[in-house]
Amino acid sequence: MIIQNDIRHFIIENFLFGDTSHDLGDDVSLIETDIVDSTGILELVGFVEKTWSITVKDADIVPANFDSIGRIAAYVANNAGQSAAA
Amino acid sequence: MRVETFLRHSARRFPDKTLLVAGSTRLTYAGFDAQTDSLAAKLQGLGVARDDRVLVFMDNCAEAALAIYAVLKAGATFSPINASTKADKLAYIIGNCRPTAILTQRKLAGITAEALAGRTDIAVLVAGTPEFEAALATPTAPACHGGIDVDLAMLIYTSGSTGRPKGVMMTHRNIDAASHSITTYLENSADDIILNVAPLAFDYGLYQLLMAVRVGATLVLEKSFAFPAAIFETMRREKVTGFPLVPTMAAMILQLRDHSALVVPTLRYITNTAAALPVEHIRRLRDLFPGTALYSMYGLTECKRCTWLPPAELDRRPGSVGIAIPNTEAYVADETGHPVPHGTIGELVIRGPHVMQGYWENPTATAERIRPGRHAWEKVLFTGDLFRADADGFLYFLGRKDDIIKTRGEKVAPKEVEAVLHAIPGIAEAVVVGVPDPILGQSVRAIIVRADPSLTEAQIIRACARNLEDFMVPRAIDFRDSLPKTDTGKVSRRLAVELLETA
Repeated sequence: MIIQNDIRHFIIENFLFGDTSHDLGDDVSLIETDIVDSTGILELVGFVEKTWSITVKDADIVPANFDSIGRIAAYVANNAGQSAAA
Repeated sequence: MRVETFLRHSARRFPDKTLLVAGSTRLTYAGFDAQTDSLAAKLQGLGVARDDRVLVFMDNCAEAALAIYAVLKAGATFSPINASTKADKLAYIIGNCRPTAILTQRKLAGITAEALAGRTDIAVLVAGTPEFEAALATPTAPACHGGIDVDLAMLIYTSGSTGRPKGVMMTHRNIDAASHSITTYLENSADDIILNVAPLAFDYGLYQLLMAVRVGATLVLEKSFAFPAAIFETMRREKVTGFPLVPTMAAMILQLRDHSALVVPTLRYITNTAAALPVEHIRRLRDLFPGTALYSMYGLTECKRCTWLPPAELDRRPGSVGIAIPNTEAYVADETGHPVPHGTIGELVIRGPHVMQGYWENPTATAERIRPGRHAWEKVLFTGDLFRADADGFLYFLGRKDDIIKTRGEKVAPKEVEAVLHAIPGIAEAVVVGVPDPILGQSVRAIIVRADPSLTEAQIIRACARNLEDFMVPRAIDFRDSLPKTDTGKVSRRLAVELLETA
């Protein structure tokens, strides 16, 4: 849950400017609901890379990995620490 | 010829061919033709008559494409509204063009209801509801409406420097002329498969649909470019041949590290419009897509498209947006409207059958743009954009005459943003400008003088996000004790830009 909360916090601060009235459930599509715009996904990727020391491959920047808080958290959980291990 | 007639012709030629791919929806020409007939009949049943306005307030879903042709088949005029439009602006547009009906989708039904504020004299039909599905599934032919091709096909709202959106009036004949000209130089044919992510509410996105239907091609409609790698995957799967870009998308593509994801063997052409591509981006795009023709183009909603650069000229004049599109004229004029010699800076003037009829019920704004031309009997379009031509007549865009900001390919009127800022309690003064940005082209920024020093940047941006389309929301706020002013005490946008650029 900590990963989810960090991502949620980043989205609220950077895309919603502190507005907590949006439904930010783990399964809510960030693009379909216009919470994050098209250039915002790149900012999210940058946040994930910096926070969890992950190098996100271009081919991984797809809806299955980044279109909801739950999917991003799962991606982070599966890839965190990769650079330390490498 | 009327726009819906092109659909009927293509449906007769290619009944089983795929017209539209939108998410998991695939529609053939025959299927699309039948469903738009049914939806048109439904609209007529709801009271939509010839020349009525109907808003299409949807994102890039299949129903939006169906709605556009259904409105035309009912004999009415469609007005596509950007899906990120907020209730206030939607209410203004409703008041301005007095639509008979609004076609929308579930996620936007709340904003539609808010904008209607209890009015029940406008029919609302929501995509995804049983009523909408039933309307598509019930085979019915619409009644003959009697319309001809000089009737209005669409009203496209565009940001004006006054801060209120203006409805650009386009007849069927205007669309016929523009789509014929563009499909000619792009050499479009029924073999083309075009992938479009630009909003259908933006004429660049809308024309991908209109042109595909005209030539019997296939349109792959996507909602967003948030996931470029996924879009390229779709392009490979669907064997896409044409890919319209805006500079922000190009910048996103060029940021990708793994270029092997960009290979689309079938891709015949890429187009760019909305704002100029930096020359360096043109060079890198050509390296990445060696077998693909790149078209630099320029236009504005008021005439759809003005110029195109033949790809063969790209090496010699990478910074040029080219020459007039087929069957139109484009020239640089002085203050009095007379053509100036090549090399001299002036306002670009457009002459041709694609020029708008004017702004809906706004004769003052119309008179500023549509003025007498070379002959006493004609009217031409003054674009408000500054250009110069080189010795061979190729045109170069230099900037706007007014303060309009271009961000992510969308026009933003600073006054529209300032009006929202001034309504926020605690703001004394505000000025909005565009500053250069490597991804967005220009980034919307505000300089603010606070009356209430506790007001924060986040509070202000949040208030803007509630009242403005997302691309209009300032990216950052600069707090100052006073706004930059000229010697005569007028707030100066030019000085404001300089202030932010040196900050």
